[in-house]
Amino acid sequence: MIGLHHYLVVSAMLFVLSIAGIVLNRRNLILLLMCIELMLLAVNFNFIAFSRHLGDDTGQVFVFFILTVAAAEAAIGLAILVVLFRNRRSINVQDMNEMKG
Amino acid sequence: MMLNYYLIIVLAPLAAAVIAGLFGRQIGRAGSHWLTILAVGISCALSILVLKAMFWDGAASENISLYTWAVTDGLHMEVGFLVDRLTALMMVVVTFVSLMVHIYTIGYMHDDPGYQRFFSYISLFTFAMLMLVMSNNFLQLFFGWEAVGLVSYLLIGFWFKRESAIFANLKAFLVNRVGDFGFILGIAAVVMFSGSLDYAIVFAAAENIAGQSVEVVPGSMWNAMTLICILLFIGAMGKSAQAPLHVWLPDSMEGPTPISALIHAATMVTAGIFMVARMSPLFELSETALAVVITIGAITAFFMGLLGIVQNDIKRVVAYSTLSQLGYMTVALGASAYSAAIFHLMTHAFFKALLFLAAGSVIIAMHHEQDIRKMGGLRKYMPITYWTALVGSLALIGFPGSSGFFSKDLLIEAVKESHWHGQGAVYWIAYLSVLLGVFVTALYSFRMFFLVFHGEGRMDADTKSHLHETPWVVTAPLILLAVPSALIGWFTAGPVLFEGYFGTAIVVAPEHDVLRHLGEHLWHGSWALVKHIYVSPAFWLAASGALVAWFLYLRRPEVPAMIEAKVSGLHQLLVNKYYFDDLYIKGFAFWGRAFGRFLWQKGDQLIIDGVLVNGTARTVGKLADVMRQLQTGYLYTYAFAMIIGLTALLSWLIWFR
Repeated sequence: MIGLHHYLVVSAMLFVLSIAGIVLNRRNLILLLMCIELMLLAVNFNFIAFSRHLGDDTGQVFVFFILTVAAAEAAIGLAILVVLFRNRRSINVQDMNEMKG
Repeated sequence: MMLNYYLIIVLAPLAAAVIAGLFGRQIGRAGSHWLTILAVGISCALSILVLKAMFWDGAASENISLYTWAVTDGLHMEVGFLVDRLTALMMVVVTFVSLMVHIYTIGYMHDDPGYQRFFSYISLFTFAMLMLVMSNNFLQLFFGWEAVGLVSYLLIGFWFKRESAIFANLKAFLVNRVGDFGFILGIAAVVMFSGSLDYAIVFAAAENIAGQSVEVVPGSMWNAMTLICILLFIGAMGKSAQAPLHVWLPDSMEGPTPISALIHAATMVTAGIFMVARMSPLFELSETALAVVITIGAITAFFMGLLGIVQNDIKRVVAYSTLSQLGYMTVALGASAYSAAIFHLMTHAFFKALLFLAAGSVIIAMHHEQDIRKMGGLRKYMPITYWTALVGSLALIGFPGSSGFFSKDLLIEAVKESHWHGQGAVYWIAYLSVLLGVFVTALYSFRMFFLVFHGEGRMDADTKSHLHETPWVVTAPLILLAVPSALIGWFTAGPVLFEGYFGTAIVVAPEHDVLRHLGEHLWHGSWALVKHIYVSPAFWLAASGALVAWFLYLRRPEVPAMIEAKVSGLHQLLVNKYYFDDLYIKGFAFWGRAFGRFLWQKGDQLIIDGVLVNGTARTVGKLADVMRQLQTGYLYTYAFAMIIGLTALLSWLIWFR
């Protein structure tokens, strides 16, 4: 029998994977965006699992909202990425350390 | 009616000073001297009218408060006039001498680029001095007191490109600060004990104040009145250049001669004398304070006179003579002979202004040479200056019949009668000082007179060929001042000293009233006094002083050098002015500057600037250098830090809450 905690474990693994992707990935900015999406999906996973477990549909409604916002966000992110690439001819994460004081 | 007079008297010089000062360029040189002379002339004429109303028409004294500047805690700070017979006399003296000096300045400052500025200053001075003498409260007195000090500062440093003038005006200002410190403490004490600044209220409360005591230093109780009077007198010592605060007056001779005559001889320096006389209801209640006053005055009168003998600068000789004469006035104050002090103040104002202006006339003729060793024989070239200077010198030494004779001789008699000081040191110091001072006065006066006007001409040939009498704007004031110097004693001595001219303006306790005693026993009219001159020791001392001067400097000019060599120690002491300047400059001023430099370099530069201000900035910078290492600029570092933080926060919330 697959219970709530199985879903939660999968979700946690997805989340940690995406964190690892952000922290370890040093080369590609697109990967970074994908990791952020993955993080959101992990959260969505939690929402659905709890929604089912508690018999409350609000969680599933939330997931739809999050997916919509995530799609918009991905579109904006990619657009920024394109502009960035035009300006710097590179999407290498290692090169982007302008925030240093 | 009279109030309008008072306002015009005070405000006319102020208006002229403002216009000449701010618009001097527009109205030009002639414009500014005509304007200021007109204003002071109006003041002088109205002052004489006021004096006439007071003296001949018997007008009552007036105490008018014009304007309340501020009220705080029941303490009224007002502007007002107290015009009584004392004030009226001072007003006439101030405006008359000021008018003479204004006229004289046209000649003396003829080529000076600061012509308009000078007229503006002396008019401003007249305003300030009138505010001082006409005041009816301590605050306005203090205003006038400081304002004349300010103008004095500006005028001593009038030639501000001269190093020595700047030194002298700073010195005058600082030494006066010492006196003013005492003065303002005195005013504070007056307010503390009487709760008012108004003369009338304070004087009415005088008896009550005298009954109180105050702990000045722990464990010693002082009479409140003694404290007040001594503090006020410290102010007078600063302004009237009494030892040991006299050092600024000789140096103030760096200023142009007209202001030496006006400010540093005839009027401003007498403000202290006037103030003490005005405060007579207070001083009468403290014999201790009067003993201090008479002792300081006696020391000044005698020892400053001695310094006049060794000076070679014509203006400095007159300056030391001024110090000595101020000492005489102070002695008279200390002997409770306030009227005698004011009388001597008046005659002194005339003859000392005359002597200064005569000295200035000589200086013009000598092309600004001031060393009397390089003069001589000027009598031939400058007859008017010669005769007026002779009148001034005779008045100064108290030649029978001159104004100085009446004032000084009666002053000495009054001191002689002041037995209420006891027969101890105070009385004898005072009496002997003023008596021997007469000899000294005659000696230095006629030393200067003979060296300048008689004997061989010691100037160089070029100067000699250009010697001639000075223009009429210079000689006219000399003549106009010579007339009162010679004659005013005849008809004023009796009324002022013995017939109660001052009325209630000056209060003397019956047991101190030496002048009334003199009036009963000695005074039988001016003519009788002159006729009986041979019984007065002062006369013989003056005559012998003049004779010694004649012998030493005309008859046997080689003798002074021999005496100098014989008593070289004493001579050095006098030349170095009793080392007062050294004490102040190398003592107080040096350590003051060292302390100031310590505060500047260590306190300000090192601690405040170095440690506190720049140190803070440096610390922040250092800290930032360290913190900066944390900021890699990589997004993933920040993200990771956020996640770590979030994890830590969550863990804490879950397990520790």
